Amino acid sequence: MSRALRVNPIVCDGHGLCAELIPELIKLDEWGYPIVSPAPVPRRLAKHAKRAIAACPVLALQLAPAARLSGASSPGEEGDAGQPL
Amino acid sequence: MSAVPRREPRRIVAPAGLPRLLGGVRGDGRPVDLAAHLLRYGRPPPIRGRQSGRALIGAVAAAGLRGRGGAGFPVARKLEAVAAQKGRPVVVVNGTEGEPPSTKDKALLAYVPHLVLDGAVAAAAALGADEAIVAVGRASHEVLARAIAERRHHHVDAVRLSVVVAPETFVAGEETALINFLNGGPALPTFTPPRPFERGVGGAPTLVQNVETLAHLALIARFGPAWFRTLGTAEEPGSALVTLSGAVQRPGVFEVGLGTPLRDLVAQAGGFTERVDALLVGGYFGTWLPAAAALDAALSDAGLAPLGGALGARAIVALPATSCGILETARVARYLAAESAGQCGPCVHGLAAVADDLLGIARGGGGAEARRNLERRLPQLDGRGACRHPDGAVRLIASALRVFAPEVELHVGQRRCSAVAKRPILPVPARLSEVKG
Repeated sequence: MSRALRVNPIVCDGHGLCAELIPELIKLDEWGYPIVSPAPVPRRLAKHAKRAIAACPVLALQLAPAARLSGASSPGEEGDAGQPL
Repeated sequence: MSAVPRREPRRIVAPAGLPRLLGGVRGDGRPVDLAAHLLRYGRPPPIRGRQSGRALIGAVAAAGLRGRGGAGFPVARKLEAVAAQKGRPVVVVNGTEGEPPSTKDKALLAYVPHLVLDGAVAAAAALGADEAIVAVGRASHEVLARAIAERRHHHVDAVRLSVVVAPETFVAGEETALINFLNGGPALPTFTPPRPFERGVGGAPTLVQNVETLAHLALIARFGPAWFRTLGTAEEPGSALVTLSGAVQRPGVFEVGLGTPLRDLVAQAGGFTERVDALLVGGYFGTWLPAAAALDAALSDAGLAPLGGALGARAIVALPATSCGILETARVARYLAAESAGQCGPCVHGLAAVADDLLGIARGGGGAEARRNLERRLPQLDGRGACRHPDGAVRLIASALRVFAPEVELHVGQRRCSAVAKRPILPVPARLSEVKG
């Protein structure tokens, strides 16, 4: 199963180490928070992805099944804060 | 409290046409009591055991009922997801309705609480749950507590019902926030998974449904899916509650068949009070639509999709042509930024920044730079929170830039905006406007 990087935005404090370790998949916004590519991590970057995950001081970065990121396919993707775009 | 009939004195007839949910509403604004409710709709069919539970879920699937809280997720799929989990489930009835321009759920709870409770009990019984928790704002508490006491007194339900007052913030109704609150935490969204259907109240698989959704479910349990589908469209069946406000003669909550043209809803409200060029459709996570196109559109997700809109929270506001859509949206953007749960960096910093950008355009001065900032920032915020709060705010602001593009030009060019009215049209809760001036 292909996996993608995913950040827990509640935990993330914007330290920014991840973007330095895997700039191919993570960029920082103007406030220093990571913008993470939803694309599956290519094999050639797997090592860098693991290093970025390990380097996060607050353990906010993880690998998750790429399919899960594809939107409102799971029950409970709703509520006031949850309409699909 | 009048006596509850033991046997139905007459044949109960399924409501033909409209209204379905609001049919029994009294003229005096008081809730329909249990006796009157049962006279109108009859006793709910008993659900005992796995087989009748499965049958109800099957009926909900056949009816094509979708959630009425905002996302429109198929209700049967959510029921099945909860049913497939291990452990005894819990049902949470979401009546928080933190959306300022929406009053449909509060109206439903105030006038026909027993219809909502019937649905909660039916859903719980179908899942083998023995507890349903109704989460509401302070104003709805007394009516619900009394309705639950009435049912208990007459031994109507095999399911334990309780009512809880939830915080009245914008994000408290987001289902993970509501679960967090019911579990003794703050009413803030959590990072998912797990989703409530996997692990919710007390760690149990939890069904969270909007109050209107459950009222429809109560009627499907009684009258069946074929009856349910006699209103609405094939894709989006049934009737729906909509809150219409702004520049209309009789603002309020209306029940319409899904797919009804917006023009007909406006006509039901007595028409516009003055010229209207744009309407906000779908609440504060919704989209501004130009009136000419919107009035011809069908009130359904399929009907609004070609215009870039969706039913969302089912709140519609008609903006008078004398009001400034940019200023109105900036005010709401400020409110949404302040209502951020404050947990995720991109939401905290991003929403504050885009709200300021929009306010910069609205007030003139530095408008060109503010517009450049907005164009860069808006696409960056989408999907960056644990919940969809930033996504919704971005959608609203982006639609304002589209629909009010000529106004944006006027503001950026520091020329006079065509709006003259100063009275805000879109409501922003008082406690915030007091603080923020």
